Amino acid sequence: MLERIKRMVVKEFHQIFRDRRMRPIIFVTPIIQLIVFGYAVTTDVNNVSMAVYDLDKSYESRALIRRFEASGYFRILRYVNAPEEVRLLLDKGKVLAVLQTNHGFSADIKKGKQTEVQVLFDGTDSNTALVAMSYANAIITQYARSLGSPKINATAIKLDVRARAWYNPDLRSRNYNVPGVIAIMIMLICLLLTSMAIVREREIGTMEQLMVTPLKPLELILGKTIPFAVIGFFDMFLVTIVGVSWFSITIQGSLLLLVLCTGIYLLSVLGIGLFISTVSRTQQQALMGTFLFFAPAVLLSGLMFPIENMPVAVQYGTYLNPLRYFLVIIRGIFLKGNGVNILWPQMLALFILGTTVMTISALRFKKRLG
Amino acid sequence: MKLMRIKAIVKKESIQILRDPLSLAMAFLMPVMLLFIFGYAITMDVDNLSTVVYDRDKSSMSREFIAEFRESRYFTIVGYAEKQADIDRYIDSGTARVAISIPEDFSKSMKTGRNAEIQVAVDGSDSNTATIALGYISAISELYSQRIKKNPVASFNSPHSGREGEAGVPAKRVVALHEEGATQAPLIAAPIVTSRVRVWYNPELKSRNFIVPGLIAVIMAIIAALLTSLTIAREWERGTMEQLISTPVKPPELIIGKLFTYFVIGLIDVLMSTLIGIYLFDVPLKGSPLLLMMLSGLFLFGGLSLGILISVATKSQLIASQVSIIASYLPALLLSGFMFSISNMPAPLQIVTYIIPARYFVTMLKAIYLKGSALNLLVFETVLLSIFGFLVFMTANRKFKKRIE
Repeated sequence: MLERIKRMVVKEFHQIFRDRRMRPIIFVTPIIQLIVFGYAVTTDVNNVSMAVYDLDKSYESRALIRRFEASGYFRILRYVNAPEEVRLLLDKGKVLAVLQTNHGFSADIKKGKQTEVQVLFDGTDSNTALVAMSYANAIITQYARSLGSPKINATAIKLDVRARAWYNPDLRSRNYNVPGVIAIMIMLICLLLTSMAIVREREIGTMEQLMVTPLKPLELILGKTIPFAVIGFFDMFLVTIVGVSWFSITIQGSLLLLVLCTGIYLLSVLGIGLFISTVSRTQQQALMGTFLFFAPAVLLSGLMFPIENMPVAVQYGTYLNPLRYFLVIIRGIFLKGNGVNILWPQMLALFILGTTVMTISALRFKKRLG
Repeated sequence: MKLMRIKAIVKKESIQILRDPLSLAMAFLMPVMLLFIFGYAITMDVDNLSTVVYDRDKSSMSREFIAEFRESRYFTIVGYAEKQADIDRYIDSGTARVAISIPEDFSKSMKTGRNAEIQVAVDGSDSNTATIALGYISAISELYSQRIKKNPVASFNSPHSGREGEAGVPAKRVVALHEEGATQAPLIAAPIVTSRVRVWYNPELKSRNFIVPGLIAVIMAIIAALLTSLTIAREWERGTMEQLISTPVKPPELIIGKLFTYFVIGLIDVLMSTLIGIYLFDVPLKGSPLLLMMLSGLFLFGGLSLGILISVATKSQLIASQVSIIASYLPALLLSGFMFSISNMPAPLQIVTYIIPARYFVTMLKAIYLKGSALNLLVFETVLLSIFGFLVFMTANRKFKKRIE
């Protein structure tokens, strides 16, 4: 039996790599995707383009503007002189924020009167706007504090918030995203290869030839999935090495555990790929089926959108998503250095999910052969 | 070029598509599914952050302060810590993402008018949520301290007196909050500079309002990548291309015939997405629907031509699918500014985005939807998309002719 599986695996590898163009697809595209993803998928907000409408033109207003510039969060692109310009800049999307000081800003400060600064935001991208707002507010508050006389401040009650961020103290989203990107790329490549390659064989008619050989159904399934598992592992190593060296991320936890968990994860991924191949008659269907699974799996995994913000019914649905568990595992290993003692529930869930999916798919595959 | 032959190809393609109802169903299901996920299931708004509280003061005042968090929809208190180690456990296991620790002398300081310091720890793994959470915490604390300043005794005795109006604090309304701050009488006679924040175009700051318009671009890219990139490769793989070559049909006729069929599917998808966005998700469409459809058609033409070009060049469905994911789907998803703003990307990647047609289309979509822009503001993008579509279409034609000979 082992001999037959070995032969079949060798044959599959020959078949996959016979087309020379498959090599760059398997070895190069994951790296490109990782780098693009790693850089693009960032929710950090900095360099918010800003215009300044300074009506006061005083020492004080310039001091405030300098604070905005020095913060690193805002980039002042333009100074405007008329309200129409403000509208045009925002309409065209040239700037996302406009800082406006009114006449009498400095005079008020000197007299000790309360005064106001206006900040106008383009709320199109609500997330950026929200974060930029809190930055703007912090800058203005700091500026106001720098003006206050110590005598008066002493009598005021103030609540200071001392904030600390754990695991990712600079709040860099890249550290958080790169492990997740690794997980989804492994999923995409394995799903597509498994589902399309099997359907292709059926489309071309070579599946019949395999069926007349003495191969038993189980051997056929193993022979078909093992090569993709090997490619999955290989891509995992490749992408992890590139991710770690290119983005200079350190893996806090155990590499051995990462390998083990990748194996459990691939069980589900290959199972789903096999399943898609059993319900598709053409490669087109396989491709669309893969996407129909892949898109919600990525969006509802907690990669970019926290699961706890989703409606409760959807939250229950995510328990069926292998990516959900693997994300916790891979982030835990990369960022927190978690061990089995913390990650075992996810590992167990992923294992149960994987074996179930694999069994169902194998049964369907067997039935279709008969 | 003969219209009759194009019509024949269109007919052939339509029959082929209708014969495979599963693929067609998936082509229509895909946008609906994506819209529902983005419309209902996920939101970039930060809500219900699981929070653990370590109340070392255990006074009515500290409880009142905690209530502020409990009542705001941003925080859900999942547990109370008894010692510092509990906090570590909560955050390490991911049960809580925010920990608020109130010092022993909290109420004493508040009553005597000294500064009190609350300690906050956030799980910074998700930096975005963490930043927004910190903003909310400072806003809630700021409001609380302002109220104490104004009326320390009343607030001490009756935790809920007279604050119905502002219950639930900055319910997505950093805006309201600042304006409140501005109208409140200055309690300290120090020169205070307050900020008045206004938000344009999407004043409620709903992430749905900017996601749904951009999503149309992603849906178009998927349709183009998944459907057209396989069409010509399939003919080669199955050997039906030889039959087509033996007919008098000319390459541009074949390409136009195939394009047209998928163009119709794509436009139906746009129409469906627009209607679902407006009627189910209340996403306002401020600009002209006609302009939206016309520009979508323009983008679709370029996208479908690219799919055909990939199909012509690779002649293998497996490879075509991989190439089109990289050339069409991923850029539309990641580099178009659909979800991740381009200004945050590193400079080399920003330059790359200029050659991504979806970037221009997403700009257009957001402008038409949220700003109500007319064509005169979108001339640059329109011209670029036209050039792109034309170039890709011509290249596909040229490539195809070579292969057929």
